[in-house]
Amino acid sequence: MGLLDYFRATQPPGSATVAKERLQILVAHDRAAARGCPSYLPQLQTEILAVIRKYIDVDMNSVTVNYEQGESHEVLELNIILPDSPSSR
Amino acid sequence: MGKTTTAASLAMGLAQKGKRTVVIDFDVGLRNLDLIMGCERRVVYDFINVINNEANLGQALIRDKRCDLLYVLPASQTRDKDALTKEGVARVLEELAASYDFVICDSPAGIEHGATMAMYFADDAVVVTNPEVSSVRDSDRMLGILSSRSRRAELSEEPIREFLLLTRYDAGRVQNGEMLSVDDVQEILALKLLGIIPESKAVLTASNSGTPVILDRESDAGQAYSDMVARYLGDEVPHRFLHAEKKGFLSRLFGG
Ligand SMILES: Nc1ncnc2c1ncn2[C@@H]1O[C@H](COP(=O)(O)OP(=O)(O)OP(=O)(O)O)[C@@H](O)[C@H]1O
Ligand SMILES: [Mg+2]
Repeated sequence: MGLLDYFRATQPPGSATVAKERLQILVAHDRAAARGCPSYLPQLQTEILAVIRKYIDVDMNSVTVNYEQGESHEVLELNIILPDSPSSR
Repeated sequence: MGKTTTAASLAMGLAQKGKRTVVIDFDVGLRNLDLIMGCERRVVYDFINVINNEANLGQALIRDKRCDLLYVLPASQTRDKDALTKEGVARVLEELAASYDFVICDSPAGIEHGATMAMYFADDAVVVTNPEVSSVRDSDRMLGILSSRSRRAELSEEPIREFLLLTRYDAGRVQNGEMLSVDDVQEILALKLLGIIPESKAVLTASNSGTPVILDRESDAGQAYSDMVARYLGDEVPHRFLHAEKKGFLSRLFGG
């Protein structure tokens, strides 16, 4: 690591970032299973996120997938919050 | 990790604040609480004996030598977990509730029978979590059980009050991005934060001598547990031990 790095404010994401993302997926999975939702939802969310990330820099919290079961219909709701000025990678 | 350590310190802290308190070991087969409390040589009868009417509560409860208001009900080392029957546990808890201000139930690990019995009759639950993926996940599942399979849930009564206690917290590692932060954990669990207990050498020292760490007033963990007890009783106490000691520029440079 160069000397200059000691003066930089930003640090590379550590393993805590990875831990948090894994947790969010796990917990979403557990909660969905407890509610009796389709078990593919968290996986779907992860994959949608991966696709979006190819183009835009968004994080886990920017994508939510909701599932609701009505009497005669099911709603799959997908919500993506895009950053103010989309920066392509 | 840290449930028994927490149960011992919470019970001692409440008793020291003048509350008549019993702490019960639900970890049938392992029996750890009496070791942490330092009363293992005074165990004659245990929780299962009381459930089976082989002893009464007065015979089984061990009065703490340091605090008059504190009693320990040890677990059995030899019995099977199934000896904890719902009816038996209900009867013992009811009897205790009549003469004590607080009954602290130290739950075994996991979500099996012993843990279910420890939480079933609860009014309040302190979820003890470590800043680790597996621990936070287990806590989230336990919260699901508290809200669906407790007595209060089954009778559609007011839900159990749930609190978070984050322990074995290493602020230095959090700062370096190597450990989940309080905020990370709270983003997922979203509970009232009762305390943050730092990773501390004092915990082992205390358990070596059979002293709840809250009695080590010089130690960081002891102070954090004292704060926790005060918060539980309704005081507003700011959280400490959230930040690592600041290192100077030179020690940063040389990795000191
Ligand atoms: N704040 C802390 N700092 C350092 N070590 C700790 C801390 N809290 C707990 N420990 C250590 O972690 C280990 C487990 O603690 P404890 O027995 O309280 O956990 P537990 O949740 O009751 O475990 P079990 O699930 O086996 O009942 C012990 O060795 C204890 O000394
Ligand atoms: Mg234990």
